[in-house]
This record gives sequence, C-alpha cells and structure tokens, in this order.
Amino acid sequence: MSVQSSVEVHTEWGIVSARQAGRNLAKEIGFGSVDQARVTTAISELARNIYLYAEKGEIIIETIEQYHSSGAKKGIKITAKDRGPGIKNIREVMEDGFTTSGGLGAGLPGVKRLMDDFDIDSVVGEGTVITAVKWLR
Amino acid sequence: MRIPILKLQQYLLISVQVDLDDQTALQFQEDLLNKIHQEGSAGVVIDLTSVEMIDSFIAKVLGDVVEMSNLMGARVVMTGIQPAVAITLIDMGIILDDVPTALDLEQGLEKLQQELEE
Ligand SMILES: Nc1ncnc2c1ncn2[C@@H]1O[C@H](COP(=O)(O)OP(=O)(O)O)[C@@H](O)[C@H]1O
Ligand SMILES: [Mg+2]
Repeated sequence: MSVQSSVEVHTEWGIVSARQAGRNLAKEIGFGSVDQARVTTAISELARNIYLYAEKGEIIIETIEQYHSSGAKKGIKITAKDRGPGIKNIREVMEDGFTTSGGLGAGLPGVKRLMDDFDIDSVVGEGTVITAVKWLR
Repeated sequence: MRIPILKLQQYLLISVQVDLDDQTALQFQEDLLNKIHQEGSAGVVIDLTSVEMIDSFIAKVLGDVVEMSNLMGARVVMTGIQPAVAITLIDMGIILDDVPTALDLEQGLEKLQQELEE
C-alpha cells in the first residue's frame, strides 16, 4: 500500500510542514539518519522554490515500490507542483550557483545530487512539476 | 519563536534547539548582531547539536551571520554539526568555508580562546 501526503505551500509554514511530513515518512519506511536528512533537505529546497518563485503550489510525498526479478525495492517520491512562471532554461537552473533571487543557487542541483532520480517538467507561463525519488538501500 | 542568546564573560553562547524556519533564522541573525554590539562580545559559539537539517537558505543565513559578526569584530565558532547535516551540505555543494568549527561547546570555547590569543 502506498502512503501519501500532500502539503499546500503558500507560506513559509508550508515549507516547515512539508519537510516534517517528509521526515516522518522517511523515518517510517526505514531510512537511516543521513537519508532522512537528504529527503528532508530536498523537500525544503523544492518547497522554498515554490514559495519564492511561484507563490503557491503543492508538495506530494509518497512511498513507492518497484518490482524486480530479485525482489521489490521501496522508496520515497517527492512531487513539487506549481502553476507559477515556469522555467525557461532548465540547463541554466541546474548549474551550481545559478540564482535569480540572490540565493546560493544550490537548491535544484543540490536536490538532484541528494536524491537518486530527478526530473523537471516545466512550461513557461504554465508552471513546473519536479519529481525526485530516493530508494531505500 | 526566538533563539535564546546567553552571555558568558566576553562570549555569547547560542544553542539552536530546533530546525530553523526562515523567520526564526532571520530573527536570530538580527538578535545576535544587536547583542554583539550591546555587549561588545569578542566571540560567539553557535551550537548546532540539535539541528537535523540545514538547507541552502539556512546555510546562507548562517554563513552571513559569521561574516557580519566578523565585520563587527567578533569571532564565531560553530559546534556540534551532526554527521547527516555535514554530509547533506557536502552533497549540495555548500561549503561553509571560513567558518571555524569544533566538535562541541567546550571545544568551541577553547577554539575561540586560541583564536583571540593569536
Ligand atoms: N518552481 C519554480 N518556478 C520557477 N522558477 C524556478 C522554480 N524553482 C527554481 N526556479 C528558478 O531556478 C533558479 C535556481 O533555483 P535554486 O537552484 O533552488 O537556487 P536559488 O533558489 O538559490 O536561486 C531560481 O533562482 C529560479 O530562477
Ligand atoms: Mg532554491
């Protein structure tokens, strides 16, 4: 069975709730402290980007399973969705240090490195959907 | 929420007990700089033992706090950074260079003493 929680992000408190929800789920399915921190940090980055650049959106956190001949593996999937301005140049925002807000520009490239799978789907003027998965080892 | 800042002789001690939200982090930045100014503090130890997550925003605020404090003449040492937090920061490519660190509060105070004697 997959567990899912969805957190609306339109204030700074949404960022805090999203990362708490992520931490709880990561703990529950058995991630160690380092991967818990990775998942929580990734959620924090994605939620803050929603708040900063799209004003509002949603973070969905769920458990997923993948079946192989050798068995099943479990993971956590984060989906960050917004109907903000979208991202024009994805290659640019994935560069370390690229920022349009005076931040560190470490958020998106950071999330990609913290997680195992990472994908951005964005349409200018329509919004952005970012998904990231961390597998339980 | 406000993070308490304790005074110990010429030093200020801060033990951050919660994961920082943005507002608390920015309030802390302002409170600490005011306190350094009021007390004429020579050194500051920020203990992060209880902090389980530092994202790029909080890292920037902490880095800025160190730089601003230095500008005001106070040395800052950060202590107690958890392994998971250190690993995450490195994964993210965030390097808090120029930030002196120590294992715990006690060693942090020692480090300050040494730095101030130099
Ligand atoms: N959800 C989003 N919608 C629109 N633009 C975004 C979104 N997320 C990130 N961006 C753009 O990507 C840039 C890089 O983001 P990030 O790596 O998190 O660094 P930072 O937030 O420090 O600028 C941002 O400055 C912003 O221009
Ligand atoms: Mg960001």
